[in-house]
Amino acid sequence: MNTTDLSVMALGGATVLYAIAMVAYAIRLARVADDKVAAKAAVREPVAAGGVSPAEAVGSAPAVPAASSPGAKARKAAGIARSTTLVGALLHAVGLTARGIDAGHVPWSNMYEYTISGSFFAVLAFLIIQRKRDVAYLGAGVTGIATVSLGLALTVLYKDVDTLPPALQSYWLVIHVSIATIVTGIFAVSFIASALQLMRDSRDTGRRWTGDRVRWLDAVPSAANLEALSFRLNAVGFVLWTFTVMAGAIWAEHAWGRYWGWDPKEVWSFVIWVLYAAYLHARTTQGWAGRRSAWLAIAGFTALIMNFTVVNLFFQGLHTYAGS
Amino acid sequence: MARVKLDNYVVPDAPRLGARGWLRWIWRQVTSMRVALILLLLLALASIPGSVLPQWPQDAAATRAFLAEYPFWGPVLDATGFLDVFGSAWFTAIYVLLFASLIGCIAPRAVHHWRELRRPIAATPRTLARYDGAGPETASSTPDEALAAARAALRPRAGRLGALTGYRVRVDRREDGSLALAAETGHVRELGNLVFHASLVLVLVAVAYGTLFTYRGQAIVVEGRSFTNAVVAYDTFSSGALFDPSDLDPFTLRLDSLDASFSDTGRPLHFQANVTFTEPGEDPVEETIAVNHPLEAGDAKVYLQGNGYAPVITVHDAAGEVAFSGPVVFLAQDAAYTSTGVVKVPDVSTGEQLGFKATLYPSFVEGPFAVGSVHPDPANPVIEMLVYTGDLGLDAGVPQNVYTLDESQLSPVQDADGQPVTLRLALGETVELPDGLGSVTFEELPRYGAFDLRADPSLPFLLVAALLTLAGLATSLFASRRKVWLIARVEDGTTVVTGAAYAPAHDAGVGAVLERAMAAAAGRDPAPAAGETEQA
Repeated sequence: MNTTDLSVMALGGATVLYAIAMVAYAIRLARVADDKVAAKAAVREPVAAGGVSPAEAVGSAPAVPAASSPGAKARKAAGIARSTTLVGALLHAVGLTARGIDAGHVPWSNMYEYTISGSFFAVLAFLIIQRKRDVAYLGAGVTGIATVSLGLALTVLYKDVDTLPPALQSYWLVIHVSIATIVTGIFAVSFIASALQLMRDSRDTGRRWTGDRVRWLDAVPSAANLEALSFRLNAVGFVLWTFTVMAGAIWAEHAWGRYWGWDPKEVWSFVIWVLYAAYLHARTTQGWAGRRSAWLAIAGFTALIMNFTVVNLFFQGLHTYAGS
Repeated sequence: MARVKLDNYVVPDAPRLGARGWLRWIWRQVTSMRVALILLLLLALASIPGSVLPQWPQDAAATRAFLAEYPFWGPVLDATGFLDVFGSAWFTAIYVLLFASLIGCIAPRAVHHWRELRRPIAATPRTLARYDGAGPETASSTPDEALAAARAALRPRAGRLGALTGYRVRVDRREDGSLALAAETGHVRELGNLVFHASLVLVLVAVAYGTLFTYRGQAIVVEGRSFTNAVVAYDTFSSGALFDPSDLDPFTLRLDSLDASFSDTGRPLHFQANVTFTEPGEDPVEETIAVNHPLEAGDAKVYLQGNGYAPVITVHDAAGEVAFSGPVVFLAQDAAYTSTGVVKVPDVSTGEQLGFKATLYPSFVEGPFAVGSVHPDPANPVIEMLVYTGDLGLDAGVPQNVYTLDESQLSPVQDADGQPVTLRLALGETVELPDGLGSVTFEELPRYGAFDLRADPSLPFLLVAALLTLAGLATSLFASRRKVWLIARVEDGTTVVTGAAYAPAHDAGVGAVLERAMAAAAGRDPAPAAGETEQA
């Protein structure tokens, strides 16, 4: 088995494991929601279960209540989800490293490589946050995005390894694109948090998502907690994105003789920056905090995905090698 | 006669806003966060057409083609600035308003922050029971000594930065006889916020400064030839409004050779121009210019932006005289460097002027139906050309594109069947022209480098402004906002210290700070940082 096969097989394995993890995380959410209903029923009885409902406990400590069987089911699903995600991420890392060794350069020089790196950093960001606090409710979304990205990468975007074109032969490829890739991962996680925030908020206020089929929404933290998490991720992401744009400008000055030329990629990087800047302002502005600012964060992530897909594939510009 | 009223009050005697009032109202609106937010969103929205439609400054050729393709919408979009979005009046209006809003917001805040910094911080709350607390603990020292030790412990960061980022502390003796210490950090957050926004203004100023003084020129240099840095020597030259042509450093650049390497499949691997660089009054220096590796030439940089072939072609006219001899720059049309070029021969000794439309195939192959180049390396260079006679139109005094032939007064040379004659020359070959017009020789095949020289004196300022922006932004988002309080009182002859701390929910590190202050006050070693990583 050569390095190319190793890379592709490891990434294929990671895709399958992420898919399993996504299902397990989804089951876990449903089980936690069931437990909450059960807990509510129990609260009606005089013997309250310590006054802490499982849904509130999700945000803080994982092992609060109930050696009862429903809680055990949720924990079992969470265990499967966590271990498959972890092994998936390890395989993902192996696949990424093998690709880098095979190509002889950092594995983010075209769309295929950018996709496998970006999805890896999304999972990695999730795992790092998971170490600090229980964010298992984000798991289904993150592993879902990773499954879809890796699947698309391996089937549609795949490119054989090749040497770097002269335009990319620069250490700025390591600095500029790696940070851009990491930011994409962070923004992906915060996007899921914002989306959950909006859904949860709609459910709480009785606007939409009120049915029994989306009862799992009761298992995610309150809209305010989700907003706080999404803000912290977006703050990190925004600083790193600012750095990405600046590093890109320095590289452009070095390679093309101008630091900013309104190339389509630059235009969209600017649009993304402005949208997240608007988000940061909106969340402290009366009438915009909460739902509207969450929509801005989602718009920012949409622009990020646009910049990576539509701009690469359909717009003419200096960043055209990204589409190859 | 009805009077036009701007402010339509029901009560006629109500005070009018007046001109000053309106101005103040407008300024309030412009500097409000809501308007800033709308302007930001407008800025994002207004940028998008700049990536979808062809833009004059980015791609003039595509824009011209767009105008030709859409005879109605093209001119409409052009007149409304959509084909030069980032120079259009409406885009400028948005960002000027945005920066006005930014300055209007930041300037008063800076003044306020300055005053705030010089004012003492808020005193310790009467009771600490509402907050996450520590103690009571007994200390062997007096309350004054205990709180002095705590105060010293809260200022651990030495040096000037410590003064900026450390805790601001106040100690009060209270009515009940206790001594209260209040410490807080977080002012640096607002400072970062102010630095960030002020630096954005600096970025804009630096960009404007650069636009006024920048210059940029493009020149094509064939291997073995030299180039002198003067405005007339450039093929194209553009500069800012305040640029002085005498500022150009009159260096010379000789292109000794141009290395271009390709993979077997024709994928570019590396381009490098080996040049001899001579500054006036200095010894020549050998340098290399490559993609991503510009040459520093005085206050400017020289970039290698392109390359190609410039075959040396010699034309003898009907009288046998050399009518033209020299390298002709051909422009590559595809990845295999199939290149096109034009030879104009106005100075014939007899007869009509000659023109050639030529195609160069660096690695020529001939198939059954077509010819082509299979690789960008010159493995088998062949030039095919069509010959024209007539008037080249050069005497009209109108500047002509050197890469196209004005065929309006030229006619192709035809063979006996009335078909245009296509000449084919391999490297080193000479071919006789039909009708005794002379001969043409393909002598050599040097490469050329397309160089771009650019100077922008604003770059160092821009870099500093950008770094300040980044530092300010990171500080404003990540600097911690913490409050720590300690109360020391004497109970039964011993000093008793209680403490409390307050920070946003996600900030768990504040517990360790409180512990450090308590330990210092009590005169003991701080406990190992418990809860340092725990999250609320």
